Amino acid sequence: MKPAQFEYDDPETEEEALDLLARHGDECKVLAGGQSLVPLMNFRLARPARLIDINRIDSLSYIKREDGRLVIGAMTRHTHLERAAEVAQGWPLLTEAIGWVGHAQIRNRGTIGGSVAHADPAAELPAAFTALDASFQVRSKRGSRTIGWDHFFVSEFTTALAPDELVMAVEVPALDPGSGAAFVEYARRHGDFALGGAAVTLRLGRDGHCEKATIALVSAGPAPVRASSAEQQLRGSTLDDSSIRAASVEAVKGLRPTSDLHGSTEYRIGLLRTMTERALTKAAQRARSST
Amino acid sequence: MKINGRAVEGEVEPRLLLADFIRDNAGLTGTHLGCEHGVCGACTVQLDGHPVRSCLIFAVQAHGHQVATVEGMAPSDSSLNTLQQAFHECHALQCGFCTPGILMTMDAFLREEPDPTPERIRSALGGNLCRCTGYQNIITAVRLAADRLNC
Amino acid sequence: MKTTADRIDPVAINGIGTSPLRKEDWPLVRGEGTFIADFKRPGLVHAFVVRSPLAHAQFPSIDCTATLAAPGVLDVITANELPDRGRPIPTRQFADEGSNRFLQRPLADGVVRYSGEPVAVVIADSRYRAEDAAELLDIDYERLDVVLDPDDAVAANAPLLRPDAGTNVAGHLLVEMGAIDEAFAEADLVIKETFRIQRHAAVPLETRGLLAEYDAETESITVWGAAKIPHVNRTILARLLGWSDESRVRLVELHVGGGFGARGEFYPEDFLIPFAAIRTGRPVAWVEDREENLRATNHSREQVHRVEMALKKDGTFLALKDSFINNTGAYVRTHGMTVPALSVSMLPGPYKWPAYRGEFRSVVTNKTPGGTYRSPGRFEINFVRERLIDIAAHRLGLDPVDIRRRNLIDRTSFPHDLGTLYDGHPVIYDSGDYELLLDKALPAFDYEGLERWRSEPAAGGIRRGLGIGFFVEKAGPAEREYARVELNDKGDVMVYTGAASVGQGVETVLAQICVSHLGLPYERVRVIHGDTALIPEGMGAFGSRATMLGGAAVMRASKQLRKRLLDAAAEELEAAPADLMLSPEGVSVVGAPARSVSLKTLLSTSAGVIIEEHRFVCDLLGFPYGIHVAAVEVDTASGAIRIHRYAVAYDIGRCVNPVLVAGQISGGFAQGIGGALLEEFSFDANGQPMSASFMDYLLPTSEEVPDLEVLITEDAPSPLNPLGVKGAGEGGTAGVGAAIANAVSDALGSEVTRLPLSPQRVVELAGE
Repeated sequence: MKPAQFEYDDPETEEEALDLLARHGDECKVLAGGQSLVPLMNFRLARPARLIDINRIDSLSYIKREDGRLVIGAMTRHTHLERAAEVAQGWPLLTEAIGWVGHAQIRNRGTIGGSVAHADPAAELPAAFTALDASFQVRSKRGSRTIGWDHFFVSEFTTALAPDELVMAVEVPALDPGSGAAFVEYARRHGDFALGGAAVTLRLGRDGHCEKATIALVSAGPAPVRASSAEQQLRGSTLDDSSIRAASVEAVKGLRPTSDLHGSTEYRIGLLRTMTERALTKAAQRARSST
Repeated sequence: MKINGRAVEGEVEPRLLLADFIRDNAGLTGTHLGCEHGVCGACTVQLDGHPVRSCLIFAVQAHGHQVATVEGMAPSDSSLNTLQQAFHECHALQCGFCTPGILMTMDAFLREEPDPTPERIRSALGGNLCRCTGYQNIITAVRLAADRLNC
Repeated sequence: MKTTADRIDPVAINGIGTSPLRKEDWPLVRGEGTFIADFKRPGLVHAFVVRSPLAHAQFPSIDCTATLAAPGVLDVITANELPDRGRPIPTRQFADEGSNRFLQRPLADGVVRYSGEPVAVVIADSRYRAEDAAELLDIDYERLDVVLDPDDAVAANAPLLRPDAGTNVAGHLLVEMGAIDEAFAEADLVIKETFRIQRHAAVPLETRGLLAEYDAETESITVWGAAKIPHVNRTILARLLGWSDESRVRLVELHVGGGFGARGEFYPEDFLIPFAAIRTGRPVAWVEDREENLRATNHSREQVHRVEMALKKDGTFLALKDSFINNTGAYVRTHGMTVPALSVSMLPGPYKWPAYRGEFRSVVTNKTPGGTYRSPGRFEINFVRERLIDIAAHRLGLDPVDIRRRNLIDRTSFPHDLGTLYDGHPVIYDSGDYELLLDKALPAFDYEGLERWRSEPAAGGIRRGLGIGFFVEKAGPAEREYARVELNDKGDVMVYTGAASVGQGVETVLAQICVSHLGLPYERVRVIHGDTALIPEGMGAFGSRATMLGGAAVMRASKQLRKRLLDAAAEELEAAPADLMLSPEGVSVVGAPARSVSLKTLLSTSAGVIIEEHRFVCDLLGFPYGIHVAAVEVDTASGAIRIHRYAVAYDIGRCVNPVLVAGQISGGFAQGIGGALLEEFSFDANGQPMSASFMDYLLPTSEEVPDLEVLITEDAPSPLNPLGVKGAGEGGTAGVGAAIANAVSDALGSEVTRLPLSPQRVVELAGE
């Protein structure tokens, strides 16, 4: 279990990195935290001809607020985000989701940009960003663009990134006042990828009715799934048990999560329904206590 | 890079894993390889003070950084540090293969959380597999070390 | 010995029954251990074992041209290069007549029978380059039909692994006692059920590894990385090399990162690496990686039982009938039929059965070969029997504790001949008081409180259950062990043992036994093990034998030494030996310290050292016994099982070191949790392993293993050895599948019949 040979570059600036990507695009892989890529390389299941290691680019590691939005630099480590007080306060869904990511050693090294670019449908952060209507700033020598979650995550381990593009940052809009959010998942062992999970946000109006809901599901399909008809169904409801239950049933309609040795499609559908119900219940409680 | 405060140099292939560099080039074999895919935690070292899996980092990436391994823990050749001593007293190891990785994880954890509950220790230990002890004595040992470090 | 005012009695503070700090720990916590991958020799080169990517295929030849030309490569070894194209690796235990047809050779020769089977060895100057070069081997595999499931293996039209054998059945055994048909005829109730236990394994955290170095001058070889049974493996290696003089082979044990049954058996690599060292003339190291470990090192536990139990309606057991298939994988390895033979001989457990009939077939399939894993054959049958008893209790409306209690073997009937045989030896429970253990365990674990907890309502979707598992373990196989105790004139004691270390603390325990019977301080005792050059014979460490047999040998040798020394001093001091006291300085008269003689003087006639040896022999086994109690909460929506409380009571005859025994039980329990809930080797329809990483083969972490309550009792010392000990290594594992499955069945009101209790299976059971 030793990796195959590869060429290696470790640029110190964004410009250098983009130059290298423009030159080697197709045959190279970007090395961010490496917590998903290096295991695959050790098994020789991934054998990139060249690695572009962006760990020396300090300018990509930051957390800042911009016009009320949270902007997270791509090379921000999970631990950094997990411990940021402003995140815990303004975007507690992210803090809660990160608590489910691997273990401390993984979170100390793994990066936010790496997680979204890897696009594992069983990963927590892509789903949390999906529930939060996040978008992704990407750049190449050809220019910059911002891609919404709905276009960014294409399929299993596939994003809308072109071979010469690099994720620069994640932008997360602020949650409205009166909102509550929750992240719930179940894995066979704590720290493993989820068998099923749900990231939800809810906004309550003054009259206690739901004004807005977002539901993103983990391990539900080839990419994070937004349960939009369930979201719609919750709008105007009082978020009582029966409306939450009905929305959870709606959320999993038509889903075909992949069966594997840890759980069949049928089991996973049931689990996703339960996780959605629990996340909604939790988020509703939190929304009520915040108003 | 500096390992346990000592400068270690070497010209290596980019693919050489940090764990192999520490073990073979620096000759510090206390850092063990248990799975080489980032699950078991036996290879945990501290990179700039933070526990990481040295099987998931290339040696070249540690260029210019500080690495700490189990060999740097004891204050002298004839003594153990507080955490090591607590492991010894609480029977927190049997075969001892996973122990260095656990010590590196818990050493950093106690720096960040000097007074953890057993539940917090249990959770912080989740990234290190041990096949011998059943974990209970490790949790007891970490709590004992916390008590001694806090007084 | 008496404690005197001027001296602390070493026996009282560190002898048998105390828990001194372990002798093993110091280098291990400092990162100064020497595990096999830490050990280097000048000129070292590295081996990589090329393994079959398919579960069943033939290949006409291997083209090594490109590999041999690759950078850094010294040699490539295929079956062509081996003497006799590779001699079969023999069984070392429990050979069935038929099993020799299914032995494994070091390298596949034209046919591979499991994914992971060695086909070639590449030797290069680094592990990285060896792996690069291995990718260049050219092998054209032609797929053959696979057989994976044990039931399929015995089907009429099954693909055969050995067409020449004409069958996939490698071994078969029938055990019968009592009038089985009559018992079933008079039964009020007959329960019939099928139980399945999944394939899982020991998976020590350190993978296997070896370093072999050949000395051409003396034509001898040294192999480091031995474990468990160095002397036995020396004999096997010499035989496979074709060397008649086994003293040319030296096996050396370094630090060992866990054994649990799998490590230390003679595997293909145990021949291939020494052979490569001889061929290349270089020291050759091989360290198994985790992917290899999960495909190549012995699997265990996969059995399908079809059982019937006959009872009276008051709950009295009348008879038990079991027919099971044991899936031993592609080859019969060194254990032969050990695992199913243990199952069939110990299924009756701690109960009286007027009649019993047990039968197994052990089959070969296209999966990794099998061997033992902690509590081999018993984890499986304890699950089967204890589940069956609970099903009977449910049908009869009886309490699970009451139905067990009324059928326990009486305390007056020990030694109790079970009527079965294990490897030619009768299974005779040496001593026991099963009801007393039940009487102690239930209040100690507040069983009544748990019953109340169980009947209280839990939060939505959560159901509570309580389960119990009663079992008999076995300890102390391989009938003999060697010890040599040496004392020098400086007061240092060396204990040489034929037992081995697998990380369990054998140095500490044997030192304590020596302290108790020699009377010198623990700090002065050093225990040497695991080197065939230093120790003339030994049977190693497995089956909870090291303390029982190794300990008895050390005890006898220590006593002999003490007696010889005190007799000599008595003559010198003109005092009775009973009035003398031994210390590292010498021997003195109790109460008159001025009347003393130094060790230097006493040992001056024997070159400053006194030596005693003992070979302890006992061809019967010891049978410790225990009870597991599990209280669980089951989330019927996710299938999650939360263990509310778990407790183990274990009678081990006599406890040398309570802290180490509790450690054995805790560690064994954690492995049992893996077997009950998490660990499973799955294969796809083509026989491809799907659990060949730690992402999919799920070892329990600290978050899956709850705190454990332990009650160690010493009510039934073994009459088979002078210490009274029974071995304590396996009881923590033995009953976990049984107790958890009973607790989950209780919670769900639905009978668990297979392991592991994965979340999906729990949800399915909850819906039934």
